[in-house]
Amino acid sequence: MPKKLPKKDVVIIGLGWTGSILANELTDEGLDVIAIERGPWRDAPTEFPPNYAQDELRYRIRHELFLRPEQNTFTFRNKMNQTALPIRDWGSFMPPNGVGGGGVHWNAETFRFLPTDFIARTHLTERYGAAFLPEDMTIQDFGVTYDDLEPHYDAFEYLCGTSGTAGNLRGQIQEGGNPFEGPRSRPYPTPAQKQPFSHTLFAKAARELGYKPYPQPSGNLSQAYTNPLGLRMGPCTYCGFCEWFGCGNYSKASPQTTILPLLVRKSNFTARDNSEVLHINLDRSGKHATGVTFVDTGGVEWEQPADLVILSAYTLFNVQMLLHSKIGMPYDPVANKGVIGRNFTHQTISTVNGFFDNKKFNFNPFIASGAIGMCIDEFNGDNFDHGPHGFVGGGYMGQVQTNGRPIQSASVPPGTPKWGAAWKNAARDNYLSTVRPGTGVHGSFYSYRDVYLDLDPTYTDRFGRPLMRMTIDFHDNELKQNAFLTDKFAEIIRAMGAHTLDKQYRKGPYDATDYQTTHLNGGAIMGTDPATSAINRYLQSWDVPNLFVMGASAFPQNAGYNPTDTVAALAFWAAAAIRGQYLKNPGPLVHA
Amino acid sequence: MTMRRREFLAGTAVLLLSTMKSRATIISGGLPWAPDAGTPPIPVRPGPWHYFTSDEGRAVEALADRIIPPDPQTPGGKDSGCAVFIDRQLAGPYGRSEGHYNQPPFMPGTKQQGSQSQKAPAAIYRDALGALDRYCQSSYQGKRFADLPDEQKDELLKNLEDEKAKLEGVDGKSFFALLIKDVQTGFFADPIYGGNVDMVAWEMIGYPGARYNYLDWVERHNERFPLPPVSLMGRADWSPKN
Amino acid sequence: MRSAAKLSIAIGAAAAWLAGIGLGGADPDSQAFDQIEKGRYLTTVADCFACHTVPEIGKPFAGARPIETPFGVITSSNITPDNDTGIGGWTDEQFDDAVRKGVRPDGSRLYPAMPFPAYTKMSRDDVLAIRAYLKTVEPLHQPVKANTLPFPFNIRTAMRVWDALYFTEGEFQPDSRQSAVWNRGAYLVQGPGHCTACHTPKTVLGGDKTIDNLRGFNLQGWFAPDITGDNNQGLGQWSEADITTYLKTGHNRMTAAIGPMSEEIVNATSQYSDSDLTAIATYLKSQPQRQDNTAPLPANSPAMIAGQAIYRDQCSACHGIDGRGVAMLFPSLAQSALVHAGDPTSAIHLVLRGGRSVATRQEPTAPGMPSFAWQLNDDQVAAVLTYIRNAWQTAGTPVSPDAVGKARDQLRARSD
Repeated sequence: MPKKLPKKDVVIIGLGWTGSILANELTDEGLDVIAIERGPWRDAPTEFPPNYAQDELRYRIRHELFLRPEQNTFTFRNKMNQTALPIRDWGSFMPPNGVGGGGVHWNAETFRFLPTDFIARTHLTERYGAAFLPEDMTIQDFGVTYDDLEPHYDAFEYLCGTSGTAGNLRGQIQEGGNPFEGPRSRPYPTPAQKQPFSHTLFAKAARELGYKPYPQPSGNLSQAYTNPLGLRMGPCTYCGFCEWFGCGNYSKASPQTTILPLLVRKSNFTARDNSEVLHINLDRSGKHATGVTFVDTGGVEWEQPADLVILSAYTLFNVQMLLHSKIGMPYDPVANKGVIGRNFTHQTISTVNGFFDNKKFNFNPFIASGAIGMCIDEFNGDNFDHGPHGFVGGGYMGQVQTNGRPIQSASVPPGTPKWGAAWKNAARDNYLSTVRPGTGVHGSFYSYRDVYLDLDPTYTDRFGRPLMRMTIDFHDNELKQNAFLTDKFAEIIRAMGAHTLDKQYRKGPYDATDYQTTHLNGGAIMGTDPATSAINRYLQSWDVPNLFVMGASAFPQNAGYNPTDTVAALAFWAAAAIRGQYLKNPGPLVHA
Repeated sequence: MTMRRREFLAGTAVLLLSTMKSRATIISGGLPWAPDAGTPPIPVRPGPWHYFTSDEGRAVEALADRIIPPDPQTPGGKDSGCAVFIDRQLAGPYGRSEGHYNQPPFMPGTKQQGSQSQKAPAAIYRDALGALDRYCQSSYQGKRFADLPDEQKDELLKNLEDEKAKLEGVDGKSFFALLIKDVQTGFFADPIYGGNVDMVAWEMIGYPGARYNYLDWVERHNERFPLPPVSLMGRADWSPKN
Repeated sequence: MRSAAKLSIAIGAAAAWLAGIGLGGADPDSQAFDQIEKGRYLTTVADCFACHTVPEIGKPFAGARPIETPFGVITSSNITPDNDTGIGGWTDEQFDDAVRKGVRPDGSRLYPAMPFPAYTKMSRDDVLAIRAYLKTVEPLHQPVKANTLPFPFNIRTAMRVWDALYFTEGEFQPDSRQSAVWNRGAYLVQGPGHCTACHTPKTVLGGDKTIDNLRGFNLQGWFAPDITGDNNQGLGQWSEADITTYLKTGHNRMTAAIGPMSEEIVNATSQYSDSDLTAIATYLKSQPQRQDNTAPLPANSPAMIAGQAIYRDQCSACHGIDGRGVAMLFPSLAQSALVHAGDPTSAIHLVLRGGRSVATRQEPTAPGMPSFAWQLNDDQVAAVLTYIRNAWQTAGTPVSPDAVGKARDQLRARSD
């Protein structure tokens, strides 16, 4: 029998980016807020100080900051007619664990989506006709527009101190920025990061090919910054231990650097770490949440009653929580009914490595940050005519090499033996003169009827509950998109002066052992129709009005960008709706 | 074989997070602080094998020296400590697949579904090294791998890679792939883990090590970075030469 | 009954009632709002709260806080108006005697952990205002064990001798040659602010070495730095605004408060009025320089070479390649009084243990420094500290590995 705790106004499940944003907004509203985080408290001087954070083996290879599959994992299969098997060790994605969530280890790449990304179905149908889209493609409009979110994108970027060059200021295209981006109301809070050698060389080659390269918007700051909450950050020092690692010197935007020091001082805020929420509790009607039940590491179960529940636990865990709490109808791909688990997507990633003459090129790849880079957007979204190509979607591409960490960066040209003297010499000769973009092509992943999440029939977690099952594979659309983009990308790398290219196209089947970003989305998507979405345009559950579900689980499909800026903008948007409308009159904000 | 606790701790430089800081706490009022908090790494100390038997250790040293052969500029896998690295890793959480989801049923799957084996790396190594040993002894007049001339070692390894040679009860090809990965990981990891002794691998490629501030070098394009590599435990220049 | 008689009975009854609820004294003026407000402010200035409260228990002014002195641990007394265990039963005179003369109602002497040698400089009016305020705080029942010092320091009568040597009773006398602002600053620093309690070196017996007033003192594992106007070790390079910003927020463009000063800022100086902070800054900057002609160590000395390597490889991550840090975030080592203090205890403490700088309402970031004890041996700590004291056109005595080793041992025994 769980021990009952005193009631709070708000319980927040998961203290990552959106949990911290919501906690800060709702405590400002005067509410009594508790955040419950499955993982440990994390902070730079104690958990990732700059005297041992720079350990590639510990953090990049052994994944110390991430969840252990033993604690929670998923089963995976490509197709519905296969048996899903457990992901016993992470591969294609890596869920975080701990206060700060993905905000601790992210690259800090801070892209907004394009205006057309939010109305993907409407726009693409208008331009190309409904028949152009595959029949089993289930993309939808978000239910909010870019204009709705613009002030909230701005809020997040100013919270973080994002470093960038605006491309579109209130409709005026700006030199040096991304000419394709949606209009922004004001410039970035800090200037773009200075770029190392290979990144500027890419930009030069791209420009000569007629593209308009722009600096990747970066949450690794180009200079010292004080955010609107009065929190101070320092300039990024290009250590090259950014993504997968915590930042040791307060220069990467994270909940730790931008929100938490202020939040924990508020008398109406409490956090509990090392406490895992098991389910959201509902009253007899099933339409009202009464709070959550969580278990601490001692195995003791507690009940935290609350009037308002914010589920902000990362895509997969959000969907899993809804399934285990029996909130919303689970998706059935055969019947094409239900909403929890539908429109599950990832990202379509590929890259091209370039090998250069080491007598002429010294790239010092170890001088980098997680969001350094020069990118082009000519092949993103619907920025180009897809008519001749037979696919939809796209992505940014760029020399976005973030590090020269040797275990992973000792690249050798294709055809080099994997071991022996030839390997050793090639590693020696190529380390400083190889361009290794990493996620050089960062493409969209649209949604399909047979790519989804549900509960596994066989495997269970440590509480005996079914693991969540992922059914995911690439469709022709994404593979075509990727082949096209990768070839374009290769042209630019060649134009930089590479003598040998290693083109690593994304090929099917979707491989759960090959890391492809942790940009998983969908499963609890937002929309205007409760038959095909789990939450309304304010991220409020259609089924349980005092439950709001944050995160990229809301995306009906993924765009050709990293998700965090959009995830955070949606969180600010939802917070505004809660503060401005919901609290005054609790109940459904949208009547479908 | 019992392992003394202190040696065990010294060898397992990677401390599993789930055993650290696992007590649930309540945070309110201010940022938590305690002196000497955090989990700084514990460097590997040279010494007897923690996991390998002496035969196994000798075999892995020889294998490492073929995967990364010595040359006049840079030591090979053996002298750069790759076998020590692997030994200490196998003795620790990595060797046990700690943190993996290890619940049954274990069913073979597709390549995309990843390893569904119950065997952790420590057991894989033990089984594979035993099978390699038996294979060598039966194929090379009783000799062990380490005793073969280098050309023969390389030929055997290529045959394992091409699946022309099969080890009994063990997938030789995938073991060799695992071994290559582990040897090369140890070669390039921080020396505190036992490999990359004296940062020889980092010297070889021109990687300056565990540094944190390059602000004065970002815009110095196409210039060789002049400072020597540094490990998490420092470098020789850190100690005053009185 | 005649109206006059009624009135006197009424007053008498009121006085008796007031006395009965522990708000002693028959003087109704002591309950006036102005007096209490003045007293509340002065109580903050004198920071009675810090020593007389155990933070975790949440019983303000009820004492029982263990205070570390060079002679052992002493426990603070309950100064709430509780009659049994507090000072509810004291007269105003007795209160004043305790604060400004170090004498208890029963005639026994207070130890100078209660900084009466500083408080003696306060005016009687100020002390009575504090009394008036303290009478309004919640009376809390908390018995306190008074004598916790080890032998022979627990012999209070020995304080008579100490007082004779080190205690000069008497109110602050303004210096007519100085401005009113300066004099207010001098009053605050020497009197209720009792900065001398931590920042003035002490003799072996714990009395102030007045000749070295405010030149720093080693206590509780830290060195409270020189806060005179000395250019190298003191506040000579600080502007007035640097000082007031530091006292108000715990941070300024060059440095951050850490260690015991954090508490002082949160409880006391962050709540001082702006004019009082300016006065303090004026006074401190006027305190004389040392006569210090030490030249910086040459860059090619072994400690400097090693220290420079460590600095570039590690410390520069936050403190910058030029040693100037990041304003309001990472201290500027080049300009830090803590770094250049003659006694390097604080610097050693920080390098070995790390620390978190203070969080205040205006500066909530509270950046932390990690511990290097696991990474650097005594020679290396000594080298890097010697380097940062002598790089960047400053001079500082080298730090010896022995000093580091001693500090490492001492710190092991500490829990803060």
